[in-house]
Amino acid sequence: MSITVETYPSLREAARAMRESTWYLGGGTLLMRGVNYGAQGFDRIVRTTDAAMREIHPEGGGIRLGAGVRMAQVMAHPDLAFLAPVARSVGGPAVRNMATVGGNLFARSPFGDFTTALLALDASVQMAEGPALPLESFLSGRDRQRGIVASVLVPRPSQGAFRFAKVTRTRPKGASVMCIAAHLPGGGRITNARVAFGAMGATPLRAKAAETALEGAGPDAGGIQRALDVCLQGLDPQDDAIASAWYRREVAPVHLRRLLLGEER
Amino acid sequence: MAKTPIRFTLNGAETGVFADPGASLLDVLRREAGDLSPKQGCQQGGCGACTVMIDGTTHLACLTLAETAEGARIDTAAGLAGGPDLHPLQKAFIEGFAAQCGFCTPGMLMAARALLESNPNPTRDQVAEAISGNLCRCTGYEPIINAILTAAAELRGRAA
Ligand SMILES: Cc1cc2nc3c(=O)[nH]c(=O)nc-3n(C[C@H](O)[C@H](O)[C@H](O)COP(=O)(O)OP(=O)(O)OC[C@H]3O[C@@H](n4cnc5c(N)ncnc54)[C@H](O)[C@@H]3O)c2cc1C
Ligand code: FES
Ligand code: FES
Repeated sequence: MSITVETYPSLREAARAMRESTWYLGGGTLLMRGVNYGAQGFDRIVRTTDAAMREIHPEGGGIRLGAGVRMAQVMAHPDLAFLAPVARSVGGPAVRNMATVGGNLFARSPFGDFTTALLALDASVQMAEGPALPLESFLSGRDRQRGIVASVLVPRPSQGAFRFAKVTRTRPKGASVMCIAAHLPGGGRITNARVAFGAMGATPLRAKAAETALEGAGPDAGGIQRALDVCLQGLDPQDDAIASAWYRREVAPVHLRRLLLGEER
Repeated sequence: MAKTPIRFTLNGAETGVFADPGASLLDVLRREAGDLSPKQGCQQGGCGACTVMIDGTTHLACLTLAETAEGARIDTAAGLAGGPDLHPLQKAFIEGFAAQCGFCTPGMLMAARALLESNPNPTRDQVAEAISGNLCRCTGYEPIINAILTAAAELRGRAA
C-alpha cells in the first residue's frame, strides 16, 4: 500500500485536508505501528507544523493544552503538577517524549491513561472547527469523527482533590490492568465527585453510579462502601494480553477503595 | 511513488536522504543514511532497540515518521565514540559485561546518555526508570544499571 504524507503550516489548512481514509499524525506512537504493520483503510497522513498545537496556557479557571503537547511537556510544566504523575505513567521515557495529549484521546484500551484523568477532571475538547465538546460526549462519538482535535481545556482541580492510580503487571512501566482517576471536591464530605476508569471499556468511562453513591459521603471505609458496591455499573472491560475481563471486574473495587482511602498499594 | 527529500544533522554531519512515503526514521537511518547503529527490533515501540536522540531527547526511530525529522539534530550510538576513544558509557558497558548479544546496546546507550545529560548523578531507581522502555533478553539488566552508574561517576570525575 502506498501512502502520501501532507504537511501543512497551519492547523486550519490541515483540518481542511482531512477526509475519509486519512489519518492525522500526532506523535505517531500508535499511528506508525499501523503503518509499519501495513494497516489497511487509509492512504494519506496529514500533519501540521503549527506551533500552537504544542502550547500550554492558562485560560479562565483552567489550563488549555494543545493537542500536540507531549507527555514529557506535561511532566515538566509548573502549572500541571496535578497531571505530572499521570503523564509519567504513559509508556517509557522515549514514548513520553513523543506521545501527545490529542493522540491519547484516540488510544484504545488498555491505553488512554491520560484521557482517563482528563475525564475525571471534566475536560472539554476543542476541534479545529466547531464548538467545544465535553470529553465524555467526544469519547462516545470518537470512532466516527474525522476532524482534528485542536486542544483540550482542563479545569484546575481544587487542592488535593484529584487522585490517580494506575495498576500494572510490571514496574516501573507497563500497560494498564486499569487506571482510575477521581476528583473529590468538598473536603470533609464529598460533593460532585468524578470517578473515571481506563482499560475498563473501549474508551475511558465514568463510573456514574459510584459518583452518585459518593455524594455527601465521608472519606472513610463506611462512607465509600456503597460506591465500591456499584462501581462496575456501566463498565465493559475486555479480555486482553494484560488481564481478563473477569479479573478486571474482580479487582476494580479493591483498587477504587485504595484510591479513595489513600491506602498504600 | 515520489520520494521526499529530507535533511537533518546526523551525529554532527549534515545529511540528506530521500525517504519513501510513510517510511520511518529508522528505515531512513539504516537504509538511506547507512547508520546501522539503531536496531530494528519490534517496529512497534516495545523494545527500545531503535532509540535515538532527536533534538536532545530520546525518541523511538521506528515510530517516528521520517518527514518529521526535517531540520532536526539526530544523535545515534554511532556518534558516541570520539574516533578511537570510547565514550565512558561504552567503556563501562564493555568492562561491566553489560552487552552480551549487543542487540539492545545502542538503544540502552542512548537512553543512558539522555539520562546523564539531564541528571549527572542519578539514583539506581532513576537509572532503572530511564531504561524502562528498553528490553534486554541477555543481561538481566543489573550489569546495565551498574555500568550506567559507573559511567556517571566517571563523567562527574571528569567534570570536576
Ligand atoms: C511502547 C508503548 C507504550 C505505551 N504505553 C502507554 C501507556 O502506558 N498509557 C497510554 O495511555 N498509552 C500508551 N501507549 C499508547 C500511546 O503512546 C499513547 O496513547 C499516546 O498518547 C498516543 O498519542 P500519539 O500522539 O502518539 O498518537 P498517534 O499515534 O499520532 O495517533 C493515534 C491516533 O489518534 C489520532 N490523532 C492523534 N492526534 C489527533 C488529533 N489532534 N486530532 C485528531 N486525531 C488525532 C491519529 O490519527 C491516530 O488515529 C503506548 C505506546 C507504546 C508504543
Ligand atoms: S524497533 Fe523501535 S521500539 Fe522496537
Ligand atoms: S545484550 Fe542481548 S538483548 Fe541486551
